[in-house]
Amino acid sequence: MAHDVHTHVKSQTEYEYKRRRSANEMRGQLTTFAIMIFLTLIAFTAVYAGFSPNLVVPIILLLAVIQVILQLYYFMHMSHKGHETASMFLYSGVIVGLITVLTFVTIVWW
Amino acid sequence: MDLNTKYTPQSWPDHPENSTLEGKNKFVGFWLFLGGETVTFASLFATYLALKNKGPSGMEFTTQGLFELPLVFIMTMLLLTSSLTSVYAMYHMKNYNFKAMQAWLMVTVLLGAAFLGFEIYEFSHYVHLGFTFNQSAFSSAFFILVGTHGAHVLVGLGWIILLMVRNAKRGLNLYNAPKFYLASLYWHFIDVVWVFIFTVVYLMGVMG
Repeated sequence: MAHDVHTHVKSQTEYEYKRRRSANEMRGQLTTFAIMIFLTLIAFTAVYAGFSPNLVVPIILLLAVIQVILQLYYFMHMSHKGHETASMFLYSGVIVGLITVLTFVTIVWW
Repeated sequence: MDLNTKYTPQSWPDHPENSTLEGKNKFVGFWLFLGGETVTFASLFATYLALKNKGPSGMEFTTQGLFELPLVFIMTMLLLTSSLTSVYAMYHMKNYNFKAMQAWLMVTVLLGAAFLGFEIYEFSHYVHLGFTFNQSAFSSAFFILVGTHGAHVLVGLGWIILLMVRNAKRGLNLYNAPKFYLASLYWHFIDVVWVFIFTVVYLMGVMG
């Protein structure tokens, strides 16, 4: 367990660069949030408008998938470097999950 | 890793969540856990989809009769906003601003608690109508799916509160930074699951 953590004290320029970069990233996160709110509003409105379910269901499912991708890649930082193993674990779960859903909706009847 | 090392905003690493071996291990382990959670929720969704609106003959409960979208909309906005506030908390964590991080985590906890309050209200409303856990295959599948999510919200709230209280006087260091980071990942994951719940259970349910 005992291992050294290298401490690097940033110069003023490096520090200001870091602060600016992370402020920029936070602005991006706010944009992501605005898009997610917008997608949610579209989904609820589409259902309220009372179009045919055959049209609305694929649309709201697509909106949900987009929103989840935004959440994973921006809010949960999967777009950052060093998330290869994380992606492998998550996508393995997603594949098993999709097969499970597909199986249950096709072979279970009442 | 020396817990007594004091950092300044200038010496705080760019990625405090995985700049120690322990932090790296936690990070990998936690994503493995999230992969497993994905399978858990997928199997509950699969069960729900297979048993939706199914029950004893003459059952009067249907998704169209039960669900009320305004309530679900408010809950969605609360949870989505709490996801953003925990992003703010991690923004301040990376800037080594402990007080701002705690403040945003507090906002996250309050929003999450409000969400949970609405969910408890919703469930007790259904139970009053006679739509109880063992009323039908549909009711069991519904309560297990949405209830497991609610239990995750409860665990997330407890986790974040414990972290805030335990570290209140300690401030940020490389030992607790990964803990805060993972709690926020967990909170985002709860929102990821909710996106599918409001779409698949409520929106698709109202349409029939």
